[in-house]
Amino acid sequence: MYELAYDLIIILLKIFAILIPLMTAVAYLTYAERRLIGFMQVRIGPNRVGFFGFRMFGLGQPIADAVKLMFKEIVMPAEANRYLFVIAPILAIAPALAAWAVVPFGDGLVLADINAGLLYILALTSLGVYGVIIAGWASNSKYAFLGAMRSAAQIVSYEIAMGFALVGVLMAAHSLNLREIVLQQSGGFWHWYWLPLLPLFMVYLISGVAETNRAPFDVAEGESEIVAGFHVEYSGMLFAVFFLAEYANIILISMLTVLMFWGGWLSPFEGIPLLGAATAWIPGIFWLVMKTFFFMFCFLWFRATFPRYRYDQIMRLGWKVLIPVTIVWLVVLAVAIVAKLPPWFG
Amino acid sequence: MGFEKIIFYFFAAILVVSALRVITVRNTVHAALFLVLAFFTTAALWLMLEAEFLAMTLVLVYVGAVMVLFLFVVMMLDIDVSVLRAGFTRYLPVGATVAVVVIIEMSYFLLGGFDNSKFTPVKHGVEYSNTRAIGNVLYTDYLFVFEIAAVILLLAIVAAISLTLRKRKDTRYQTPGNQVKVRKSDRIRIVKDMDTES
Amino acid sequence: MSGLTHFIKSMTLWELLKGMRLTGRYLFVRKITIQYPEEKTPISNRFRGLHALRRYQNGEERCIACKLCEAVCPALAITIDSEEREDGTRRTTRYDIDLFKCIFCGFCEEACPVDSIVETQIYEYHFENRGEQIMTKEKLLAIGDKYEEQIAAARTADARYR
Repeated sequence: MYELAYDLIIILLKIFAILIPLMTAVAYLTYAERRLIGFMQVRIGPNRVGFFGFRMFGLGQPIADAVKLMFKEIVMPAEANRYLFVIAPILAIAPALAAWAVVPFGDGLVLADINAGLLYILALTSLGVYGVIIAGWASNSKYAFLGAMRSAAQIVSYEIAMGFALVGVLMAAHSLNLREIVLQQSGGFWHWYWLPLLPLFMVYLISGVAETNRAPFDVAEGESEIVAGFHVEYSGMLFAVFFLAEYANIILISMLTVLMFWGGWLSPFEGIPLLGAATAWIPGIFWLVMKTFFFMFCFLWFRATFPRYRYDQIMRLGWKVLIPVTIVWLVVLAVAIVAKLPPWFG
Repeated sequence: MGFEKIIFYFFAAILVVSALRVITVRNTVHAALFLVLAFFTTAALWLMLEAEFLAMTLVLVYVGAVMVLFLFVVMMLDIDVSVLRAGFTRYLPVGATVAVVVIIEMSYFLLGGFDNSKFTPVKHGVEYSNTRAIGNVLYTDYLFVFEIAAVILLLAIVAAISLTLRKRKDTRYQTPGNQVKVRKSDRIRIVKDMDTES
Repeated sequence: MSGLTHFIKSMTLWELLKGMRLTGRYLFVRKITIQYPEEKTPISNRFRGLHALRRYQNGEERCIACKLCEAVCPALAITIDSEEREDGTRRTTRYDIDLFKCIFCGFCEEACPVDSIVETQIYEYHFENRGEQIMTKEKLLAIGDKYEEQIAAARTADARYR
């Protein structure tokens, strides 16, 4: 019995070790987003709130925002479905956090090294849509409901393309285990799966942006058409939880992209004679975090660059472009694997 | 062993309650959500049987896709309960007969022929992969059946689309492909301003 | 042939990359934001801010209560009462501008025959209580006394365009 309690405490500590940096990253991702998009629009962005009277480029902004949201009133719309209204944000954030259980941060640095890791991730990311749908329905508001409907259709469509892209990854790696997938890519920059699986990587990234309801696929929010979509009626902490879920999902998708297509924690200089040896002392998690940062940056970059898709364009892109592309490339990939094409499948 | 049993009964209780709520609750959206909960707890139970592939697929396919579409439809329904109630007595005999038959069938298997000891789950090591095992069976022994099932599903998709697809004459369609292809020269013509030229 | 190039272009996401190159370049462009309380934009001599009533050099108030400003005001923000002073001149006893009604069009300044009512370059002011938005004669004269130099300078600088 004591052993069980001990194990539970160790697992809880591990969960905290993942969640606390994650939550900090989420908070500062919002800051980075506002600053970066500001810079791209020739503005400065938040630069006032600091710590202890020092401005520090506005680094105190996310903390101030969090405190403000915590003290705001939670407004319950009339005739709203109370329980579902409160449950919805929890349903949004729970899968976004639970998915981190199988994400490896290094060789062996993982909370649960399960065999079906990839499937687990796919299953959990598909659950995120419930938060949006239930929020939209429970709010008893037209705009929220429209947002929920859009989101439901969009996420179901893009999940298929995403799943197909991941099928390519597991075909190449012969495993559903994320650690094995990364280890299969070892051998340096050109051995990573981004090159042989380039179309699948693009499809995965695009559907990842769509799955997280980020611009240019943010029709579920669509502030210029349906005010704020599914979370119009939310305020205070309940709204903050939606916000957290969205950004946690961005980080998750970025890290998964890195793990599955960009060699995870493997060093990009591996196999290069001089540079490889000189950088061998750098721990793998550094590379993982750097690569993840790049894709998080891309999410913000996309938002600053692309205008929002029209709803029918989104559907067309998902069904008529991305899915055929993945199917074609799966066939190509199958041929390459059977032919043992070096250096990836040799 | 005790801990595992506690978890099992916990999930089993949730499963039974939520399954009951699916058919007793008034609100259709609530019913659909209880069904989601039932699927989810079923997945958890399967996970305890080391059937992780099936559990994940259940969540992925049923919870993640099928039920989302269900909810999509159910949320837009405007159901008048009184109309539904109208035929209750008329359909009662048929419904009751079906229910009785089902109950007899189930009790025949569960009470008579169901030998619990035969189905005790086998414990496997860490290396055992349920996914690999299913794949091996599915693509060797049951390949033919599997392919037939796939073809039937494809047929169902094609049939559903061909039944519901209708081209209405009065609707105007956009062809995004052509919209994308438009070049600057197709839309604007630069006209020289005569006044400034001369 | 154009179909092929179009296909290649759309498959390589060429135009999206072009867009991203543009925003990527703007990431490093010098920012033009004015950091307001510390930095301020230059103000035109014709800027129409808070009102003021001016005086002559000898301290006599300019306003002769002709009520032209009251008549021209499109927002009906100005209220004037006048009486004869001991020395026989006509002066205002009340000169109120309701800043909630005022639209800062500057017509009062244009209409004034003696350059008495003017709009200054002051734009940082606030009210904390009800009734504070009514600028009374005393308040307007006080502003005029305080900023006379600035007002006069702005008028002279703008004079050659009038």
